[in-house]
Amino acid sequence: MNAIASTHITRPVTLVEAINLALAHEMQADETVVVLGEDVALNGGVFRATVDLRKQFGLKRVMDTPLAETLIAGMAVGMSVQGLKPVAEIQFMGFIYATMEQVISHAARMRNRTRGRLHCPLVLRAPFGGGIHAPEHHSESTEALFAHIPGIRVVIPSSPARAYGLLLASIRNPDPVIFLEPKRIYRAANQTVENAGQALPLDTCFTLQEGQHITLVSWGAMIQETLEAAQQLAEEGIECEVIDVATISPLDRETIICSVAKTGHCVIVHEAARECGVGAEIAATLAEHALTDLRAPVKRVTGYDTIMPYFKQESLYLPTTEKIIKAVKETLDYD
Amino acid sequence: MQSTIQCNYAFNIPGIRYLLPDNSAQSPLPETISDELLIRAYQHMRLIRIFDQKAIALQRTGQLGTYPSCQGHEGVNTAIGLAMHPDDVFVPYYRDQATLNLRGVKLSEILRYWGGDERGSNYKNCPQDLPNCVPIATQFCHAAGIASAQKIKGNKQATVVTGGDGSTSKGDFLEALNLAGAWHLPLVLVVINNQWAISTPRKAQCNATTLAQKAIGAGIPGVVVDGDDFTAVYDQVHKALQRAYLGKGPTLIEAITYRLGDHTTADDATRYRAREEVENAWKTESVTRLLNYLKIRELWSEEREQQWRVTCKETVDVEVKDYLNTPPDKPTAMFEHLYETLPRAYLAQYEELAVSTREDL
Repeated sequence: MNAIASTHITRPVTLVEAINLALAHEMQADETVVVLGEDVALNGGVFRATVDLRKQFGLKRVMDTPLAETLIAGMAVGMSVQGLKPVAEIQFMGFIYATMEQVISHAARMRNRTRGRLHCPLVLRAPFGGGIHAPEHHSESTEALFAHIPGIRVVIPSSPARAYGLLLASIRNPDPVIFLEPKRIYRAANQTVENAGQALPLDTCFTLQEGQHITLVSWGAMIQETLEAAQQLAEEGIECEVIDVATISPLDRETIICSVAKTGHCVIVHEAARECGVGAEIAATLAEHALTDLRAPVKRVTGYDTIMPYFKQESLYLPTTEKIIKAVKETLDYD
Repeated sequence: MQSTIQCNYAFNIPGIRYLLPDNSAQSPLPETISDELLIRAYQHMRLIRIFDQKAIALQRTGQLGTYPSCQGHEGVNTAIGLAMHPDDVFVPYYRDQATLNLRGVKLSEILRYWGGDERGSNYKNCPQDLPNCVPIATQFCHAAGIASAQKIKGNKQATVVTGGDGSTSKGDFLEALNLAGAWHLPLVLVVINNQWAISTPRKAQCNATTLAQKAIGAGIPGVVVDGDDFTAVYDQVHKALQRAYLGKGPTLIEAITYRLGDHTTADDATRYRAREEVENAWKTESVTRLLNYLKIRELWSEEREQQWRVTCKETVDVEVKDYLNTPPDKPTAMFEHLYETLPRAYLAQYEELAVSTREDL
């Protein structure tokens, strides 16, 4: 893999390569951007998301830190108030919990606490989610923990192009961003990405396909199963509108409400546990703002409210295309 | 035959003091200490002592929120504030009023913060300094990041971070200390050991003889100073800053002092602290110790003392008036400073608050 930032090339890349392209592009364009984390420099990251950056930008801008997640997040706070734009990697989201005090108590509120004198333009990247047969603590999908926190953004790409464009936007954003990368699809597919530094908008959902009968709302790796379900349902004449939430907080409610106003049906798909998940927020939003448009109760297809099983049974936990299709049919059969 | 690994475990933590509790002094004082500096330091320490008493009175009369007294910390914090260069960055915890004021934070701003107004952290005169840090020890990681940024930028600046003895028990402190050593950061870490983390005494906090020796594990110099001796703290912070400017890396300073008051105005330290211990601490505290030394050296008189106390009271009264007369912040400020630009998702809530609090409704 070669990260090429100097020329605007268009080529098919995987999601993790797109992350690397975006990092390299932005480091080249903005010398205040620095990368830090465990194993990010010499090793290029355990998933190779930061490969070759050290070679291109040197040790001062690509830093291997001690194995200390709290420190990494706290340092990012300190660097960002000094005018740098740190992009810190937490190796797996399962290790992100040590950073939460720093994120919640400091990064999220520095601007408000100082009435705008200081702010934290930092990005905390972490691979997350199940499906790659990883050890314990490596497969959870706990994005809702951060989505509840005011003052930050939680961004989740679902394709190489959106990973590239959303990461650029996140780095350029003047406020802290938790950027969660669905590692199951890090290398699932190639997609043509134009490495021209074009950011995608944050705080907005992406409507991946339009349809009349039902709205499917999802994000991250589950977009794959959701699109697959939509395709199979299309063969039966059921037209699904598929929405990739992308920025799960702050949530673009408008796009979802407008879609449901059109289709009258909604199924939410996420691999995180159901209780207090982001799906619950979307369902509540529809209950508040689209009740009269709904012709059936909103359904959620999610992971169970259990501990994420170890990998021998993780496929039992993760939502499948079949479960999505079943939920869609039950929703449509309701009326 | 058993093989051995050659290890040298010996280490030495120097303990430094010049102004002795009996009001005499070891001579000579360090070269960094001048008579003018001592007078300035004393004046500031007295000002902050009087301010602190006023702040407690304001809290007792319902005019200030919960407030953490800094009585006992005046010597350490004045030394830090006077030793630092304006371009350095100060990363405080929450009992550093004396340093903050020397950095340019007005007493009225300090009152605004403890009076429940975010504008109290919008420091106009030291825009790089961090606001108070209420969670324990998290600020050490910020300081490590700030010092890293200073190093990356190649600036000849340093960062000074403070924390209490209790903060040294947290991972954040150790993680930052460890990194500071590994990366040779221009960082001065000052542990203000005031003997009590709310009701947990120093001895129950850590079995090590000193807290400064935690520096040994990080491969950096550690030193203990008498925190009630302004001259010792000033000289050591000054030396640590010079080391930092020269790229020689971080220093850990443990300043041993005493929290003369309660943890905060919401605390009652008589529940867990012997009266005799507190009375003894009052006999050797920094403000009186420096005052007595200045009088012995005839650098200060009873007459000047009376005049200065009047000046301090007048200064504090002006600041208190400024604080009490501050019109409340806009209700919508809680939204306006949340993000640089308020996300569309929250506009309805913003409007809801704006409409419900509009004066002309």
